[in-house]
Amino acid sequence: MSKDTKPISREKFIEELLRYRKGSVSRRHFLGVTGLGLATAVLGTAMPGLRPRPAYAAGELGDTLNFTTWPNYFAQANLDQFTKDTGVNINVAVFGSNEEMLAKLQAGGTGWDVFVPTNYTISTYQSLDLIEPLDLAQVPNFDESTQEARFIGEAKIGGQIYAVPKDWGTTGYVVNTDKVKGEMTSWRHFWDRTRDDLSGRVMVHDYQLTTIGNALKYFGYSFNSVDPNELAEAEKLLIEAKPHLFAINSDYQPGMRAGDAWLSVAWTGDASQLKRDMPEIDYVLGTEGGEIWTDFYAIPKGAQNRPAAYAFINYMLDPEVNAREVLAHGYPSTDSKTNALLPQEVLTDPILYPAQELLSALEFGAAATLTDPLRAELMARFKSA
Amino acid sequence: MALRRQKGVTALLVGPAAAFFLLLLVLPLVVVVIYSFGERGPAGGYTPAFTFDNYLNIASRGQAFLNTLMMAPLGTLLCALVAYPMAYYLAVKAPARWRVMLLVLIIVPFWASQLLRIYAWLLILGNRGIPSLLELVGLEDVRLVNTRFAVLLGMVYGYLPLMIFPIYVSLEKLDKRLLEASADLGAGAWRTFRQVTLPLSLPGVATGSLLVFILLMGEFIIPALLGGGKVFFIGNALVDLFLQSRNWPFGAAVAVSIVAIMLATIAVYMRFLLGRNQLRQEALI
Repeated sequence: MSKDTKPISREKFIEELLRYRKGSVSRRHFLGVTGLGLATAVLGTAMPGLRPRPAYAAGELGDTLNFTTWPNYFAQANLDQFTKDTGVNINVAVFGSNEEMLAKLQAGGTGWDVFVPTNYTISTYQSLDLIEPLDLAQVPNFDESTQEARFIGEAKIGGQIYAVPKDWGTTGYVVNTDKVKGEMTSWRHFWDRTRDDLSGRVMVHDYQLTTIGNALKYFGYSFNSVDPNELAEAEKLLIEAKPHLFAINSDYQPGMRAGDAWLSVAWTGDASQLKRDMPEIDYVLGTEGGEIWTDFYAIPKGAQNRPAAYAFINYMLDPEVNAREVLAHGYPSTDSKTNALLPQEVLTDPILYPAQELLSALEFGAAATLTDPLRAELMARFKSA
Repeated sequence: MALRRQKGVTALLVGPAAAFFLLLLVLPLVVVVIYSFGERGPAGGYTPAFTFDNYLNIASRGQAFLNTLMMAPLGTLLCALVAYPMAYYLAVKAPARWRVMLLVLIIVPFWASQLLRIYAWLLILGNRGIPSLLELVGLEDVRLVNTRFAVLLGMVYGYLPLMIFPIYVSLEKLDKRLLEASADLGAGAWRTFRQVTLPLSLPGVATGSLLVFILLMGEFIIPALLGGGKVFFIGNALVDLFLQSRNWPFGAAVAVSIVAIMLATIAVYMRFLLGRNQLRQEALI
């Protein structure tokens, strides 16, 4: 920021603006000499969402951040901006299931700085001592009072916050209505048509929670069941359906886009992203129910670059940044500050915000499913059958 | 004294390799064997125990064993059938000035990552690739990707150079005078190939096959990508057991089993090859 407090002359301002637009000075320099940065900072105290991001000296946060997340789950422009602001390069690793993340963390030496666990895993990570409580002083953009309470409960253990919410969503299925005719509103439709006229065109996740859970819904059982008899029925259905599947893969957008697959178990954001480019795609929440969830940012024990991890999480929770995330990935935010910046059509999009009667049938994943040996072995048997 | 010094030198020379094998091969293998008798921890992983349950459970992965034991030899055979004519052309028929460039052309694609090259096949075989071309000529609803065919294709494509080069080397160093002698003795081109060229190039085929076979037995990326998780190999079962269901002891038992099967197969294979050579030598005498 400029040291003298005299306001900048009109000519000087235009000159600086031109220099900034030509790219010969940085944004920080421009905001500094023109006083706009100061103005924004002052305004920001009164206006949430305009708070300036802390400025970092070059190299202060190290040069790399290892970020582990899910497919199609961030706005590249936001990551690029973070790198530009801080000089920290972000290595993104993409996973297909929480179980896979847990396996890597249990084996140790992941090198991850930030990862994105789902609500039902946090208590296990905490009890296995694999994540650390967050120092919320370093995440000023997280404000519990602007968060919807039902989405963040599982991050708080013993009064401490172990993770801050990234977004929430549902697990239903996407259907290509150009190819699939007839009523598709339930998991019964999903599994019956898979074994019938949609043979070879259906994808399920490589993920025990959703694949087994939605097979359980076919019989009207809980999405989270660990009952041996109920699981045995689900297994029978899965093994019967397997020859009719196109693939078992949590990254189903390529298959759906290429037209290889016409029906796939899907998360909210993938449905929004597909719908954006292919209007014929519909997103269905089974009438029997299914999953509602929250994903979080968390820091694993022994993370190598904690300063960058905190800076990154705080940056991603900045309402402006988060709003850009929502617009890119199409998952709804848990944060009312972010929602205040989003256009009305996003906030009323039925893919992001399904009808109440569909939502009320959904269940949050249960911690027991993560470590249950029956579910783990069922999934492995289904895949190797 | 001299003998002693010689022993010292030998120890020095062998030492690094021995340490390498002990630390990075034998020791991990011992750990794997120990783990294979343990139990899955409550949240996954390993808990010490002594049980044979993991080995008794191997049958639940029967299909994966079957897939691997059928597709790996088949892939090796197809690889050899495709590679031999190519190697033959390169070593015998290709003009000398082209030879180096042709060899380079075989290698160049392998500078790119295997993942990328297999992913390219996913696009070629996918709905917008070959099937959409076939649709133009009236063949509707052809599905190639995520089939056994796609996996075999990927395996042959992925490991072809490992087969071509050993065969090429054995054909290239073939003494051309033998071919002349064969012709002088009245053998036709086919008979010369069958009785002189082919037998003399068999060591190359054997080396190539062994290389490809061993790698195919442990393959998991190709079936995962081109089989869509439906054509499941032992490699995939292992990845699954360690990285998803976190049943390390069972994973270790599967790993020990596959190592045992490989050792037995290779032992039989070597005995067969050596036996053949011995017979041939006796026949020559």
